[in-house]
Amino acid sequence: MLTLTGVAAFGVVAVLFLILGYLVWNGGKSLNLDFFTQLPKPVGETGGGMANAIVGSLKLLLLAALMGLPVGLMAGVYLAEFGGKTFSYVIRYTTDLLNGVPSIVIGIFAYSLAVLPVRHFSAVAGGVALGIMVIPITVRSTEEFLRAVPGSLREGAMALGASKWRTIATVVLPAAKGGIITGVLLALARVAGETAPLLFTAFSNRFWSPGWGQPIASLPVMIYTYAIAPYDDWHRQAWAAGLVLLALVLVANIGTRVVLSRGGGGRST
Amino acid sequence: MSTSATTMDRAAPRRFDGGGPRAFLHRLGHGDEVAHVLTLTFAAGILLLTSGLVYELWVNSHLSRAKFGWLFFWTRTWDPIFDNFGAAPFIYGTLVTSIVSLVIAVPLGLAAAIFLSELAPRRMSDTISFLIDLLAAVPSVIYGLLGIFIVVPLMRTTVGPILIGSLGHVPVLGKFFKGPNYGVGFLTAGVVLAIMVVPFIISVSREVLLTVPREQREAALALGATRWEATWKVVVPWARTGILGSVFLALARALGETMAVTMVIGNDPKIAASLFAPGYTIAAVIANEFTEATGDLYLSALIELGLVLFLMTFILNGLARLLIVATERGGGHPS
Amino acid sequence: MSDKTSQASDKDALVRFEISDLNFYYGAKQAVFGLNLKIPKNRVTALIGPSGCGKSTFLRTLNRMNETIRNTRVVGQILLDGQDILQMDVVGLRRRVGMVFQRPNPFPKSIYENVAYGLRINGFQGRLDDLVEHSLRRAALWEEAKDYLHKSAFALSGGQQQRLCIARALAVDPEVLLLDEPCSALDPVTTAKIEELMFHLKDSCTMAIVTHNMQQAARASDFTAFMLDGKLIEHSETSKLFTTPTDPRTEAYITGRFG
Repeated sequence: MLTLTGVAAFGVVAVLFLILGYLVWNGGKSLNLDFFTQLPKPVGETGGGMANAIVGSLKLLLLAALMGLPVGLMAGVYLAEFGGKTFSYVIRYTTDLLNGVPSIVIGIFAYSLAVLPVRHFSAVAGGVALGIMVIPITVRSTEEFLRAVPGSLREGAMALGASKWRTIATVVLPAAKGGIITGVLLALARVAGETAPLLFTAFSNRFWSPGWGQPIASLPVMIYTYAIAPYDDWHRQAWAAGLVLLALVLVANIGTRVVLSRGGGGRST
Repeated sequence: MSTSATTMDRAAPRRFDGGGPRAFLHRLGHGDEVAHVLTLTFAAGILLLTSGLVYELWVNSHLSRAKFGWLFFWTRTWDPIFDNFGAAPFIYGTLVTSIVSLVIAVPLGLAAAIFLSELAPRRMSDTISFLIDLLAAVPSVIYGLLGIFIVVPLMRTTVGPILIGSLGHVPVLGKFFKGPNYGVGFLTAGVVLAIMVVPFIISVSREVLLTVPREQREAALALGATRWEATWKVVVPWARTGILGSVFLALARALGETMAVTMVIGNDPKIAASLFAPGYTIAAVIANEFTEATGDLYLSALIELGLVLFLMTFILNGLARLLIVATERGGGHPS
Repeated sequence: MSDKTSQASDKDALVRFEISDLNFYYGAKQAVFGLNLKIPKNRVTALIGPSGCGKSTFLRTLNRMNETIRNTRVVGQILLDGQDILQMDVVGLRRRVGMVFQRPNPFPKSIYENVAYGLRINGFQGRLDDLVEHSLRRAALWEEAKDYLHKSAFALSGGQQQRLCIARALAVDPEVLLLDEPCSALDPVTTAKIEELMFHLKDSCTMAIVTHNMQQAARASDFTAFMLDGKLIEHSETSKLFTTPTDPRTEAYITGRFG
């Protein structure tokens, strides 16, 4: 009976490698320079690439970071350093709640905030949706890593005449910065792969999206669009895009965990 | 070894700015207060955001709620042309796919968690857990990609026929396994969902199992139980509240999954008994039809579906939290 | 239950801290009861007593560090050179009254930056390098650290880290240095080094040290105060307290009958 459990565990791991393997096999075949440098070709024609989607995803990530990270970081600082008991509990509960909201529902919210008033899709709207998703992850990891900084460090600074905010800014945050940065990277990696909330906020675009107020292409949405379409060439490109996306996400996840396990929390200057 | 701290230590007077105690106090007071208020504002912003979300969902679904009322939940038609919308097919689809995914993922996940907590040496357990956690980081759309090109053909050509052939004529159970079988449908979606939620079950269950005190295992073994009996009859029951919590968590995830599901479920708003029939979930219909919703009522109905989905996951996540907290407090024992 | 006032036997020993009728509360629980004490200038005063007698709590009122804990209350008067510290700007107070803690707590920065920290935040003007060197010399760490100033403070041994913390505290040139069992985590050799340090620092810095180690109190201090259950039992010159204590409880403690 117990051997079955081992089978289960290794079976699940095998699935991971299956996914990786398949993506590398199918995606690798289709990855070429065109993929990274060219725009999509008109529907029905073969060839072309996803340059606009790659740039689009980067722009969306930037927006999400700008909108969500400050909120998450500040709220995390509040919970770890200033929070009163009841209010902190309410904030944490609400943050967890927000974290559990399905991403498509967040998309609806971002739609009503950023698309309805102006009656068109835009990169900003996509950024809003992703930015909202970044917040709970950032809050949690910031608070966790700030709390991990020993109280003796805070006392040492205060005994030298540092005020509370000074202590936080010059001693506590630097001490926790390794962990906080990894939390930020993980949050960004997570939203980079999100498709649903972009479907009716950032929408998509077969060309470059100038500025921030136009619909914009993104890797996940392109993968979706191409995968469900009837063209083989598009399927091929979807695999390639899937490989690129997965590679980015996995690198971020593995990289941050390696850094964390090496004790990235307390040994920085 | 001579220390050069001598009486001339204080020879060079040092100047520090500050301008007297009062000015300093003023600045200091302001600094800390400002920091407190600033961070509090951002924290409160999260409250604002979340209430805003609920508010928007409520307000924008008004048209649909006003027109259909409670009937919305029972109506089986989804007819954009005649503006008649009902949530029943989607609620059905959401529940069926989630249940199927749990039926597959819970035994699988629990078994793996048991292996990782009871049998595997610590390092192997940690490595495997790490790899399984990576599975949780794979984006939904990539699961969908694999679903379309691997699972669907497999279901159509191999697994489907086997199941239909073997179980299709069994009384009672048989009606779930009838053709036609196009590869897409409730079962396929359930399978893909199962892979997506199994890492959560494994991760939480493993942690909970690891907290079961050694003495419990040892007591069972000392009484002559085999390792399996000790595990299944003593350790797992001890952790059952937390494990249940992980199931709720996984369920909440499954309910909200959008991309992978919409790529393999067939997107047909019908209620059908057969697991091989195409279906639809709440998240999938919103994803597919939101941008094509002509008319305010149509959009409002979709948003009402979003509200329903929100409430379902809200309640489930709340229950999951309670269960997991209960494990941490009471050692897994229900009162 | 007699609260003795201090006896300054040196004719020119001025008083740095004058504590009158100090009561301290952690929430509803009182930890210090009606304490009266004069801490002489440029001398080392040791605070001894069994665990939980309130000596650390009392020490921390002197630089208002207890304010970092919620729900604490101070009732009474503490004068530093005649000024009421409870009315003072707390940041300014802490620059004048420094503290070294039980476990070394260097910041995760370089040795240089640790010492420079207090200088930077207090708006020091002048050559930072010189001052850092000066503080490290006062803490008897310069020779060992001078070639590694930009290495992480964690590269130092426990005893060196504690001396670094002393240097850090000294950098802002405090008039008083409070030491809360600074040697309890250190080996005897390092402890001896720190005691020697204290001897040399005396001339420029008033010190108050809480210690569990009576031999240390006897070796390193000029005056000793014995506390029990939150009250000051006896305070006099160290030599006198350890050879001819007045109060029977003091005698019981120093002869090891309890503690």
